[in-house]
Amino acid sequence: MEDTPVLALSGVSKAFGAVRAVRDVSLELYAGEVHALAGENGAGKSTLVKILSGVHRPDTGQILLDGAPVEFAGPADAQQAGVAVIYQEPTLFPDLSVTENIFMGRQPRARLGIDRRAMRASAAELFTRLGVQLDPDQPARGLSIADQQLVEIAKALSRQARVLIMDEPTAALSGKEVARLFGVAKALREQGCALLFISHRLEEMFELCQRVTTLRDGAFVASDMIADITPDDLVRRMVGRELDALFPKQETTAGEVALSVRRLTREGVFTDVSFEVRRGEIVALAGLVGAGRSEVARAVFGIDRWDAGSVEVDGKRLRPASPTAAMAAGLALVPEDRRQQGLVMDLSIERNIGLAGLAALHRGPLISRLAERQRAKDWAVRLQLKFARLTDPVNVLSGGNQQKVVLAKWLARKPSVIIVDEPTRGIDVGTKAEVHRLLSELAGTGVAVLMISSELPEVLGMADRVLVMHEGRLVAEIDRADATEESVMAAATGRTAA
Amino acid sequence: MTTDRLRQSMTTDRLRQSVTTDLLRRWETLILALLVGVVVWASLGVDGFANGSNISFLLLDTTEIALMALTMTLVIVAAEIDLSVASTLGLSCAVLGWLWNAGLPIEAIMPICLLVGAVCGAFNGLLVTRLGLPSLAVTIGTFALFRGLAYVILGDQAVADLPPAYTGLATASVGPVPLMTVLVAVLAALAAVVLHATGLGRSIFALGSNEEAAYFSGIRVKRIKFWLFVASGVMASLASLVYTFRYASARADNGVGLELAVVAAVLLGGVSIFGGRGTLPGVLMAVLLLGVVRNALILADVANEVLNFVTGLLLVASVLAPNLGAIWRRRTSPQMEGKSP
Repeated sequence: MEDTPVLALSGVSKAFGAVRAVRDVSLELYAGEVHALAGENGAGKSTLVKILSGVHRPDTGQILLDGAPVEFAGPADAQQAGVAVIYQEPTLFPDLSVTENIFMGRQPRARLGIDRRAMRASAAELFTRLGVQLDPDQPARGLSIADQQLVEIAKALSRQARVLIMDEPTAALSGKEVARLFGVAKALREQGCALLFISHRLEEMFELCQRVTTLRDGAFVASDMIADITPDDLVRRMVGRELDALFPKQETTAGEVALSVRRLTREGVFTDVSFEVRRGEIVALAGLVGAGRSEVARAVFGIDRWDAGSVEVDGKRLRPASPTAAMAAGLALVPEDRRQQGLVMDLSIERNIGLAGLAALHRGPLISRLAERQRAKDWAVRLQLKFARLTDPVNVLSGGNQQKVVLAKWLARKPSVIIVDEPTRGIDVGTKAEVHRLLSELAGTGVAVLMISSELPEVLGMADRVLVMHEGRLVAEIDRADATEESVMAAATGRTAA
Repeated sequence: MTTDRLRQSMTTDRLRQSVTTDLLRRWETLILALLVGVVVWASLGVDGFANGSNISFLLLDTTEIALMALTMTLVIVAAEIDLSVASTLGLSCAVLGWLWNAGLPIEAIMPICLLVGAVCGAFNGLLVTRLGLPSLAVTIGTFALFRGLAYVILGDQAVADLPPAYTGLATASVGPVPLMTVLVAVLAALAAVVLHATGLGRSIFALGSNEEAAYFSGIRVKRIKFWLFVASGVMASLASLVYTFRYASARADNGVGLELAVVAAVLLGGVSIFGGRGTLPGVLMAVLLLGVVRNALILADVANEVLNFVTGLLLVASVLAPNLGAIWRRRTSPQMEGKSP
């Protein structure tokens, strides 16, 4: 390890109007080291990434490249200096091949046009260097997000990048894909790259990183060697207070069956899925991404049609393919994609909260604005929503607060069964704990909760029972007492037969 | 908190919102200012503008556009479009003329015309909601289809011997206000209430802004869209009755080109062509603005070509202006999505 960091920030501050996004932050990225950037949503991580990548210029402080001060006038300067950013969702040209994407704008020249053969060979070499199997001729369309990220990494390497910033690369990846990405990251580390890794998952930081810098409310908190601290220390640095348990599971007694799914099949998607959720119970639906969990939830809620089987809520059989009927029976769905399915981003907070229960807001034929406002206000208070005005569009809220709006929208209906699909994806540790507490309280009041989650600690921490899906089938049902990371993962990867 | 105080805090809330953040409101203010400006200019500078009979004529002359703009507003807020309205109007006129020639009483013909409009709208609605086709393409098709059908039914004849009781009604006035303007006002109030004060209106905004999220919220997206097209068709045929009686002439080419005037008014009124945004008062002011501009320019003996040019200019400005705001904000906003290539 060298003594001079490849890239460093020293006392950097950046304000947008009155909002001080980052204050006096210092960060040192060393060659051959993976550096984690930790902090809740809104702590200033994204701003920092944008300063490092030349999108924003710091108001005060310096960027040091190999110890010498530099100024990035724009992203091109940062790229020139060897800084590359891999985003959570890469933006490739879908109709171009993997190779063409990697060399976009820098194609090797032959006498006539582009030297395709050389380009293809370099792409193949890059993939070998990364230790991954990818077809250089494949069009980018249809690549998984994980593969797209690898293409972006290859692109960065082809530009001789020395500093690789990965902004929440794992948020949308399955366990297997995360493992592969980590393999690549470790290989790059061995080859002398400096990496900056951002994730909401603590266990990932502890697995991959050597050093961690924590931000809180835009301010620098600490920079530690990972070996010297515990996950609890890190959480404390991030939230600045003790977390009353991240998984505040209350003991509850299960009541009557509220949701009963029998032999549900949607051809080619999931097959013969049967389970029950009782009042007061939190049942987790675990499995790898693509196992068919969200698809089952969508069908149960009536978004998609099912081909065979039945769904009952409180003993009442649901009409297929009708969200309206499902809602009338007492079902609620907090969907996987908050921005696209959960919320109308342009509409105000209060209108979003009212959207799933418009009938209840009517006084005669007209909507009562007072009732609409009151409902939104009540739930905003109950869920400790952080907002300026209820008439603000939801897109100004942070991810965690947006999720609270989705929850408010559904809880206002007083559902008897609530399905939550990845309820804490992409939201910060503090809000995560609040969502967990809320789910636990809901179960305590007799609501049946079905929780789809890809985060094992969440599954193990919250669920009374764990259902595991593998390739469209329900392969295991594990009680809280017997549920361990090993038992759930074994079922999820198909290592145990049903 | 007492209800009174809550109500009070709500009004101040609303007030603050209307003066500061809401771009749409500001857009409407702009249209209103423009309208007042044009009226003042025309009153001072155009001979014959500022007298009672011209104002009455001006109002009467915007009736059809105003009627169709009401439902067009709902359709465009729902992120769809209906370009077949003027053709539906023409088809309905042709049916009226044909049945009148065939000797049916006018009282029987009028509901049949409204039914024709409903069927036209339902046809559009089915193609859009059941087959999932884009309404732009569907209604360009039915734009030609319905007008073609009108010619098939009535050819190029003009049916003019319509009952005076009805032609008189179409041009009658209540005091200085044309009766048809009263009709527009009543229907406009109804449409405004539906759009801005009912669950249906909330649903239309939601599905126009994000159809998937609306569907996930239990909103019957397809059903609402279908009925919006039906309403648009019925409104077009209602406009056809007004048009026919007003000119005392049922022809297959009645109202050719009106769809553009309707869409122009809706967009100029601040409704987003992408759906999810807009208000009915804004659209009504835009209808009036276009009507006044047209009337004043005709009185000022400006050539018809120039007239179209001015209408077009206003339309381009209306589409451009809100987006200029957005572009400017994007340039200066700190939350710029800096996805480097």
